[in-house]
Amino acid sequence: MGILEIRDCTIRFGGLTAVKSLNMSLERGALYGLIGPNGAGKTTIFNLLTGVYQPNEGSIELDGKSIERLKPSRIAQLGMSRTFQNIRLFQSMTVLENVKLARHLTRTQGVFDAIVRTRRLREEEVKVEQDAMELLEIFKLDGRADELALNLPYGSQRRLEIARALATNPTVLLLDEPAAGMNPQESLELMHLIRSIRDRFDLTVLLVEHNMRVVMGVCERIQVIDYGETIAIGSPKEIRDDPMVIEAYLGGA
Amino acid sequence: MRKGLLWLGAVLLLAALEPNLRGLIGAYNYQILVLVGINIILAVSLNLINGFTGQFSIGHAGFYAVGAYTSAALVRYAGPPVRALVSFLPAVAQDAVLLLMGLLGAALVAGLAGLAVGIPSLRLRGDYLAIVTLGFGEIIRVLILNIDAIGGARGFSGIPQLSNFFWVYLFVLITIATVHNLVDSSYGRAFVSIRDDEIAAEAMGIDTTRFKVLSFVISSMFAGIAGGLFGHFTMYLHPNSFTFVASFYVIIMIVIGGLGSIEGAVLGAVVFTVVLEMFRGFGAFRLINFSVLLVLIMIYRPEGLLGSWTLFKRRRKTGAT
Repeated sequence: MGILEIRDCTIRFGGLTAVKSLNMSLERGALYGLIGPNGAGKTTIFNLLTGVYQPNEGSIELDGKSIERLKPSRIAQLGMSRTFQNIRLFQSMTVLENVKLARHLTRTQGVFDAIVRTRRLREEEVKVEQDAMELLEIFKLDGRADELALNLPYGSQRRLEIARALATNPTVLLLDEPAAGMNPQESLELMHLIRSIRDRFDLTVLLVEHNMRVVMGVCERIQVIDYGETIAIGSPKEIRDDPMVIEAYLGGA
Repeated sequence: MRKGLLWLGAVLLLAALEPNLRGLIGAYNYQILVLVGINIILAVSLNLINGFTGQFSIGHAGFYAVGAYTSAALVRYAGPPVRALVSFLPAVAQDAVLLLMGLLGAALVAGLAGLAVGIPSLRLRGDYLAIVTLGFGEIIRVLILNIDAIGGARGFSGIPQLSNFFWVYLFVLITIATVHNLVDSSYGRAFVSIRDDEIAAEAMGIDTTRFKVLSFVISSMFAGIAGGLFGHFTMYLHPNSFTFVASFYVIIMIVIGGLGSIEGAVLGAVVFTVVLEMFRGFGAFRLINFSVLLVLIMIYRPEGLLGSWTLFKRRRKTGAT
């Protein structure tokens, strides 16, 4: 059984069925792409997975645990982390603090230790800072660690979001359009980065992306949805040649 | 070790100042100084929830009142037997025991009140907390008006005078140290992340409700302590000191100083208390000062006098990291 299993998930908003009987299965270590035309329901699926929405029907299992009724914070604690399509960094914090915040889950010290600032707490803070700096180095953001997150250029903000998501020690990483707004050179680097962090952190990655070059280049398996329903699943090559997919993207005759 | 010495030095300094201060600056200024201290505790603690966690509470006076009346009642009714119990101690130490007992009770009861108000209202986003806390403050005031054992509408008199410059400023230091340490830990980052983006905070594994309640309870506890110190200084409490206007006073202090800055809250409390006192002759008109001041600040410096500037961050940037 896969690390992430979605079975027959349906969510309706009023009369609109945004996602209909969705099935998806991610093997551990997979690089899985989720694509579809605008409004197909991709971000809704992300919101279902991370607990922002709850499905009307169906089940979602993360590593064998049922998560479809849990709060987003609980799901994050169980090992699913995400980035956002419209970047949601903590703007009043520095780059470093953004990543340090996400290390919160590894904290062992209680609120009293924080108030009286025990030695153990200070040691833990040093460790958190080291971990955070290491992550920033991987994303080439260590030089700007003390800058406010909102002052970073767009591409760097996207990378910082991934670094922050990784800081929670996830097993499954959801990337919502990580290449949006990037130039071809940047998206190429991003593809390498995604592959290398998957190997380095032993991740399973689910990617929603509009940039076909990125999806085809990086994903090993792709699921295509349209109007909330799956229309194809397969390898990049199979997807490229699938008549249903071509029709969904280019419109039927 | 160095920190312990620092605290010892501060306590000794305050203790050395206390007996001489009244003669040095006069009884009037002494009283203002104590009120400034109490307002600093209120402002710094409210800043934790309003400034750092980004939730808008307008019920701080309610927790202040809960603390004031709890401490006063505790010392008034349970004081004599406790004093008898520790009668072997010198008088100053007896007073200290009673005061600390009162303040502990004040912090606990105000904290519990914060928990009771926070758990239902902090689950919701937006303005609900403001509405609920406003209501809470008024409920507390009306309750006090109707409890005869604590004076009701007559006011609560006969409260032993136990607090003074020394105790107030000791707790000013404790409040500032607590909030500062908290804000500069993983807890503080969690608070600020909730203020910046609740959805992202939740996605990073921050249980936002839990942290909002935590911040709110700690804030309420210190408001309670401020209340206890106030009651044992003035020796008389009246529900009229705890209307929602008193909550707004504290909000004005932190807005003037800068939401999300500890130094700002301190500065705001000082400016507010001193200006209010300087214009005492103008009666109710003196509040116009603050309307004008707030309008000017909103135009020229909307982030408050100090904004989010903190001594701490300055030091970190130039530090070893």
